[in-house]
Amino acid sequence: MADKKKIHFTLNGRPIDVLAEPRELLIHVLREQLGETGSHIGCETSHCGACTVDFDGESVKSCTVLAVQADGAEILTVEGLAKNGQLHPVQEGFMQEHALQCGFCTPGIMMRAYRLLAENPNPSESEIRMELSGNLCRCTGYQNIVKAVQYAAAKLGANRSAG
Amino acid sequence: MIPASFEYHAAKTVDEALALLDKYGEDGKVLAGGQSLLPMMKLRLAEPRHVIDISKIGELRVVRELDGFLHIGAGVTEAGVIASELLRNKAPLIGETACQIGDPQIRNRGTIGGNLAHGDPGNDQPAVMMVLGASVTLRGKAGERSIPVDGFYSGFYSTQMKQGELLTGIRIPVPAAGSGHSYRKLKRKIGDFATAAAAVQLSLDKNGNCAQIGIALTNLAPVPLRVKDAEKLLVGKLINDELIEQAAQIAMSACDPVEDLHGPIDYRTHMAGEMTRRALREALSRAGRQ
Repeated sequence: MADKKKIHFTLNGRPIDVLAEPRELLIHVLREQLGETGSHIGCETSHCGACTVDFDGESVKSCTVLAVQADGAEILTVEGLAKNGQLHPVQEGFMQEHALQCGFCTPGIMMRAYRLLAENPNPSESEIRMELSGNLCRCTGYQNIVKAVQYAAAKLGANRSAG
Repeated sequence: MIPASFEYHAAKTVDEALALLDKYGEDGKVLAGGQSLLPMMKLRLAEPRHVIDISKIGELRVVRELDGFLHIGAGVTEAGVIASELLRNKAPLIGETACQIGDPQIRNRGTIGGNLAHGDPGNDQPAVMMVLGASVTLRGKAGERSIPVDGFYSGFYSTQMKQGELLTGIRIPVPAAGSGHSYRKLKRKIGDFATAAAAVQLSLDKNGNCAQIGIALTNLAPVPLRVKDAEKLLVGKLINDELIEQAAQIAMSACDPVEDLHGPIDYRTHMAGEMTRRALREALSRAGRQ
């Protein structure tokens, strides 16, 4: 067994120090060592996107990144979306538009939607579908997920003009 | 699914990566974006004892134009390729192809250097780099050398790269203004490798005749295929439907696909012809007379 490495990163604004073997995947460290079980393990083969997290301002599949590669990174997971007990507009959109059924894919899709809206505040429906193409949902048929992202885009836009 | 145990080394410079490659020899494996290597390691199809991470090397993440050539650092991600205004203006084929690779998350990590060095016949950039007349830059302890992408692939997952060498970048002659390009990829779903795909880059002279053309295919043989006989047929001629059909037939006869989840051999070969036709038509429609 290879020696464990000391890894330091920021998770949802909090500094984190962990020890992990080089072969440990980021998703395993997040869930098993840090107890942040919001990010899910679906396929574990980089297809489904349930493990999507925000990594230095980019969406990545945390089952296909080594935990040691997160050294120095800034990571945001679904646990970091709500602020002061207030749901993020993306979360609110998923609730209002009934964008989930079993909910397993939801954290990954919300993290992807969060980044999409940061990069493109007013995406068209086809842009939303293309940008979420790395996330699979087997329940909803995606229609309400698209509506939820549109809801969040409108809400974020309104917040910006108000703020 | 957890990879077999290995030692991890994060290189900060190319020289540091080369020293690590030299030190660990056959036990060392380069990790770029990890979107191909990590899945293989999880399935234990690859069990390197030393993983040399080059993803944090800044000098490999540069895109620039110099003396009539575009230079793309090996560490530029597919998302970085898509975002590059220089590439969009000078060689849009590369970014249009990158958009057809994986999905947004994969494109954020996966690199163009990894796509070229991995040697998977399903990778899309090799055929594209062939039609652009690109070369890969390989650096080793002994120095640097440049190899045309056409000829770089020697077999299934094997390239001309030697032990201890690192693919540091790609050098692409800037396509002539008014060139036409296309990458047509048939895939079962987003994120999948091609059932069949064809890349075309061409330019026309003032009479509308084909002045120069490159045609190559993805995932239709153990290596990416440049279809030189079809190029020879078309160059110097006014490309019409009849010639497009003949070129498609030549492309089909060059194919040697395997039967797998993407479909039976006949179907994949047939689709290779169709992708070739579509790519030729699209490239022609985009090309302007010089």
